[in-house]
Amino acid sequence: MTERNDVIIIGAGHNGLVCAAYLARAGLNVLCLESSSSAGGMSAPRTLGDDYQFPGLAHLSYPVDSAIRRDLKLDKFGYLPGKAIDTIALDAGGNHLTIGANRVSGDGLPESDEAAYAEFRKQYLDFAEALKPLFGNKPPRLKNIPFADKTTLAKIGWNIRMGLGRETMYELLRVAAINIYDVLNETFEDDRLKGAIAADAVMGSAMGPRTPGTVLTWLQRLRGELGGPMSLQSGGRSQLVHALTQSAEDAGATIQLNTHVEKILVDNGKAFAVELSNGEMLKAKIVISNADPRFTFGKLVGAPLLDAMFANRVSQIRGAGVVAKLNLALSGMPEFEGLADTQLANRLLVAPSMKYIEHAFNHSKYGECSEHPVLDIAIPSLHNSSLAPDGHHVMCVNVSFVPYDLEGGWEDEKTTFAYKVISQLGQYSPNLKSLIVDHEFLTPQDVETQFHAVQGHWHHGELSIHQSFMMRPLHGAAQYDTPIDKLFLCGAGCHPGGGLTGLPGRNAAKRVLELGGAK
Amino acid sequence: MGNYDAIVIGAGHNGLTNAAFLAKAGLRVLVVEKNDYIGGATVSRELHKGWKYSNCSYVSSLFRPEIYNALDLGRHGLKVIPLISSMTFKQDGDYFGSYNNPNIRRRELMRHSPRDADAVVRFDADVMRWCRLIRGFLLRTPPDPGSFRPRDAFEFAYLMKKFYELSESQIYEFIRFFTMSIAEYLENYFENETILAHYSGGSIIGTGLGVYSPGTAYVLLHHAMGDVDGNIGSWGFARGGMGAIAGSLASAFQSHGGEIKTDAEVAQIMVSGNKATGVRLASGEEISARTVVSNLDAKRTFTKVMDEKDLPPDLVRRAKNFKIRGSSGKVNIALDGMPTFPSLPKDSQLTLGHMHFTDTLRRLEKAYDDWKDDRWSADPYCDTLIPSQYDPSLAPPGKHMMTVFVQYCPVEPEGGWTGDKRDQFGQTVIDQIADYSPDFKSLLLHAEIRTPRDMENDVGLTEGNIFQGELTFDQLMFNRPFPGYAQYRGPVKGMYMCGSSTHPGGGVMGAPGANAAREILRDLKKADTTPEEFSDD
Amino acid sequence: MNITHEHFRQALQRTPFHDRISALSTTETWTGWNTYKVARVVDKLSAEYFAVRSGCAVMDLTPMEKYRITGKDAYAYLDRLLTRDISTLKPGRVTYVVWCNDEGKVIDDGTLFQFGEQDYRLCSQHHQLDWLLMSASGYDVQIETETHDVAALAVQGPTSYSVLTAAGIDGLEQLKPFGIVDLHCGDIPITVSRTGYTGDLGYEVWVKPADALRLWDAIFSVQGQYDIQPMGLDALEMVRIEAGFVMPGFDFNTAESTVRNGYDRSPYEVGLGWVVNLEKGHFTGRKALIAEKAQPIKRRLTKIVVDGNKPVGEAFIYTGKGGKPVGEIKCTIWSPVLKANLALADVDYVKGRLPEKLWARFDYQRELKWRTAWAECHAQSKPSYVPEHKSATPPDRF
Repeated sequence: MTERNDVIIIGAGHNGLVCAAYLARAGLNVLCLESSSSAGGMSAPRTLGDDYQFPGLAHLSYPVDSAIRRDLKLDKFGYLPGKAIDTIALDAGGNHLTIGANRVSGDGLPESDEAAYAEFRKQYLDFAEALKPLFGNKPPRLKNIPFADKTTLAKIGWNIRMGLGRETMYELLRVAAINIYDVLNETFEDDRLKGAIAADAVMGSAMGPRTPGTVLTWLQRLRGELGGPMSLQSGGRSQLVHALTQSAEDAGATIQLNTHVEKILVDNGKAFAVELSNGEMLKAKIVISNADPRFTFGKLVGAPLLDAMFANRVSQIRGAGVVAKLNLALSGMPEFEGLADTQLANRLLVAPSMKYIEHAFNHSKYGECSEHPVLDIAIPSLHNSSLAPDGHHVMCVNVSFVPYDLEGGWEDEKTTFAYKVISQLGQYSPNLKSLIVDHEFLTPQDVETQFHAVQGHWHHGELSIHQSFMMRPLHGAAQYDTPIDKLFLCGAGCHPGGGLTGLPGRNAAKRVLELGGAK
Repeated sequence: MGNYDAIVIGAGHNGLTNAAFLAKAGLRVLVVEKNDYIGGATVSRELHKGWKYSNCSYVSSLFRPEIYNALDLGRHGLKVIPLISSMTFKQDGDYFGSYNNPNIRRRELMRHSPRDADAVVRFDADVMRWCRLIRGFLLRTPPDPGSFRPRDAFEFAYLMKKFYELSESQIYEFIRFFTMSIAEYLENYFENETILAHYSGGSIIGTGLGVYSPGTAYVLLHHAMGDVDGNIGSWGFARGGMGAIAGSLASAFQSHGGEIKTDAEVAQIMVSGNKATGVRLASGEEISARTVVSNLDAKRTFTKVMDEKDLPPDLVRRAKNFKIRGSSGKVNIALDGMPTFPSLPKDSQLTLGHMHFTDTLRRLEKAYDDWKDDRWSADPYCDTLIPSQYDPSLAPPGKHMMTVFVQYCPVEPEGGWTGDKRDQFGQTVIDQIADYSPDFKSLLLHAEIRTPRDMENDVGLTEGNIFQGELTFDQLMFNRPFPGYAQYRGPVKGMYMCGSSTHPGGGVMGAPGANAAREILRDLKKADTTPEEFSDD
Repeated sequence: MNITHEHFRQALQRTPFHDRISALSTTETWTGWNTYKVARVVDKLSAEYFAVRSGCAVMDLTPMEKYRITGKDAYAYLDRLLTRDISTLKPGRVTYVVWCNDEGKVIDDGTLFQFGEQDYRLCSQHHQLDWLLMSASGYDVQIETETHDVAALAVQGPTSYSVLTAAGIDGLEQLKPFGIVDLHCGDIPITVSRTGYTGDLGYEVWVKPADALRLWDAIFSVQGQYDIQPMGLDALEMVRIEAGFVMPGFDFNTAESTVRNGYDRSPYEVGLGWVVNLEKGHFTGRKALIAEKAQPIKRRLTKIVVDGNKPVGEAFIYTGKGGKPVGEIKCTIWSPVLKANLALADVDYVKGRLPEKLWARFDYQRELKWRTAWAECHAQSKPSYVPEHKSATPPDRF
């Protein structure tokens, strides 16, 4: 047994690190335990063989929340948001669209769409801005409302009614819960453009463009954009994880790698320690879990220490991952028809129409792999040449609508499916196949085992409306504190959810301090 | 002709309800109807000699007893007979029945899943809690969230008070219920495939969403919150078919001095100086009135019978963006005798209620996938009833009338509808029923097959949507039909909406018609003739 | 399980004892209990009542929900399910238990039988499989419904011991209250527990459905020697109120079936605080109950005696004649033994205390004419009827 820490944080994913840094800065003695050999969780870099390095699972990101960047002095520790990249919506005929933050261009794009795009983006960024107080605070309670929550509610109300104005507010009320499919059909004509936006709206979720609630998931993405443009995680010191680790350690937090927590120990309804896989017990005044809430409650705490209905509700949290990862080590530069080499540093997207996405999603509903998945492709070595040997490249692909529970199981299918994806990529890049030196394919099941994300879900639970805000991950534990006294949550399973924003970690830290810190 | 105080466009049940309350308040009211018959989608039509088809709506539960009472519909001939059961045939030759008798209901549930038989206690209590909450809003005008008027503030306060009758966790559970898919909601309670499929069916009726689409759990309420004589959730047949409802409403309306003009399609609502002045019929005839009420759906009202120049631009955009999503077909069948269903034991009473043939969530979701691609479902969800078993007025002695509501059917299949395609659609439905009833095809005398397009053309429901617009959260309460226009008033003075496009939405409920009448009478400073809600407490 | 898809022809099932009870029924007043057809009164209510209080009454308990809970974690599972500390329960013993939902509201009550180290039976009034299975997550336990596989008779009253002994059941003399023993009645294997819902000496006899009629016949073979009456639910209602037992779902709403917020009840509010142990460790509802305990109690289901002899029926309770309404009567009977109106009333507490004066205002009928009456009520801290012979071991032979 070691001496008692103020705080133990389980998991050094980026939210765990943010939480650790904030609490350490507040003067608490923080120990952050990470089971793998590097910090960063899903954003931790990976290697393939000795020579190839890949960004973490989340290879695309928006800048971390600006308040976090400031509070944790991340710039001082080398943080630099990546270079802005565009999205290139690939077209099988080589007629690609280039989609930037405020403009879109490409052959055959109706002029009306070009104009509508900027206007549309502005309107939705306004919506995202209006909802900022909701994302940046603990979700307010709706009955027995404490003062702080009343403030949050008042701010949101004011932003929506007075900030947006009456007509825009009406529009927000209309679209808040509907699907992206209808909204895009109302606004645009071009299938490629609609496909690309819709792909963003459903990325990482078991939802198709026609699933109600996909405007909200898209708004949640846009909320990230308020802090700056999308960029590629390409490794190196400028990466968020690196800066967060430095910032946390600088403030006095200890990050202990290769330490696997087996159990959260609870006495008389109060968390007091964690038990490690080697049997060691580490005591703490406060335990904070960065793990998936289903794992935290279901495994680390265990249903017996919870009330029965609460435990049952935990087991009903939806979140089966639908994204697989394909990492390719390449012996040379892949060529894409219709794209200049300089354009390849952007994000390449295979989602040619909303119908295409919807069909891919249809298969995943029944435990099938689509023959035509949505592909989100990047070549990080074009941003950081040290990722691969000279002249070589690494390519990473998020393959969407790959079911967690494949009918018939993954064992026999995994390689076959990876090759299918590779040959699909070959339709756009004829020389790709011949360049492949090595590959790694992670199904959602692999994501589950390697990243401790239940069912391999990126966001530790679907970002559907019924699992958002004061219902995320579930009511009774939506304000970061839990039914177990002194046990908190700080991961993507909490409000406001996934993405490399750090907000769950920050909100959780604020909540810990609000409830008296380690007193 | 002239000198009307109000003209109501469309003699559907909401138009007639609205007109009846206006007439009861002493107004001179004319209802104009494009067809040569009244009722809109609540009709009983003799399309095969000797048979009466409720060829659109086919069962009643939501019709507000307050309206029934206030308009004295019983004395105008209306009788609603409760249905006793619903059931789902299984592919393996078994079936699941849901009975009114609590003992039989429980034993049948236990036959399929002892756990689910117990879980139904929790399910019933929870759904009843949500029903009670929503029922309290049906006969009220929703507040406008963009308004600062005391009346809206008061109505919001009422809404909050109702919500705060729930506990904190119940509030969250209600929001979840409101935003969840029916399949996921039911999976919180049940484990048995057939039971899940059976209970989820009601949530996709009339909606362009699948059992796994968020928002469908709420649609369940639209099929569970009605009642027949206080039994919340039970359904009934109107004796004489659904036309009996329209008939009794028309009779009540006429008893208050109202007039109905059929074969009178409205070409345009006339507006002058931002005021409604009357209607111009397709025949060219103009009828003037200071109050014009449209029972047409919101899209039709603002894009077909009103001139764009009379309307604010944002309203036209909203009307175009209004989600209709026609998704349902109908097959009405004359039968030479009672078909047999070998899965059912002898003397089973389950043919008296709703019959369904889709026994898994997967089949239901696949049916939706077809529709998303503009195909009718190859294996559709069919809500099938044979009301002539109760009501001898619907078919000759020994013969039967069957009504089949079909989910899903696209507004336009790829390449558009043809006679052949319509027949193929009908055949898909007939084949599905015949899979469970070997003698069914041999008893078939006549079938009327109706696609969403047919319903649009006959009845005037855009895309044939039975609810006059999707019942999704973006189009409910103060968002129905559009935010800012949810209080029955149109954009020009004297112009109102009273159809299912307005709060509280579709189903043969009459509430939109009554609510609109209340607002109109309020504007005209007339005594309110519309009823107050019967309290559930 | 005795369920076929022919159930629509006969909504209520017949218990294994039905043929005998049916033959004895002169009133033909039946009701449904858990989908079984059971008697409210078999022959004469007063005879059935007095059989419990002075002779021996026999009631068919088969429809009662019975769940078998076995497995490695059976104890841990039950410990988390139930509000009571059951660590002192041993094989061969029974205890009265209550379980709550997360909010600390009573879902149901029942009796827990321990047969072996990892072998329990939970008997309850309402359907509990859903809740029991939901609570099983994380435990190595098996839960099976055995409601329909075990027939049961309640044999209750001062002479019940004598009757069972005379009927050929040896080995009851050392059976203490809340004890269980496996015995034979002739060649019929039975399990007997010294339990009941009557507040009198009594046993519950558990038997395989196939042996049910032979057991019945054996017991009734000593009729004549003793006063043995088949008993229906109406007499049971009288004796259980005398004995101060509550009935979830009747005296208060069970949590899972409650629609309106605040209409369910915690164990403290229904006088079952004594089966709640907040010190024993975690159980479902504990956190909510700790919070509730820290506040003054809001209301309590209170045993009362209503003055006079007028039938009370449904009634409101006031703080005085013409005073403030503070509650309502949930169940009431005229006690023939005590010659008093007994009732259970849901009464609001004022600042954590029972109002000093309680009056009932009720309507009653004389020759179809309704009248209103006021009567003072007297709260009771103890059950109204607790006979001394109830707990003697070995029991008196009478």
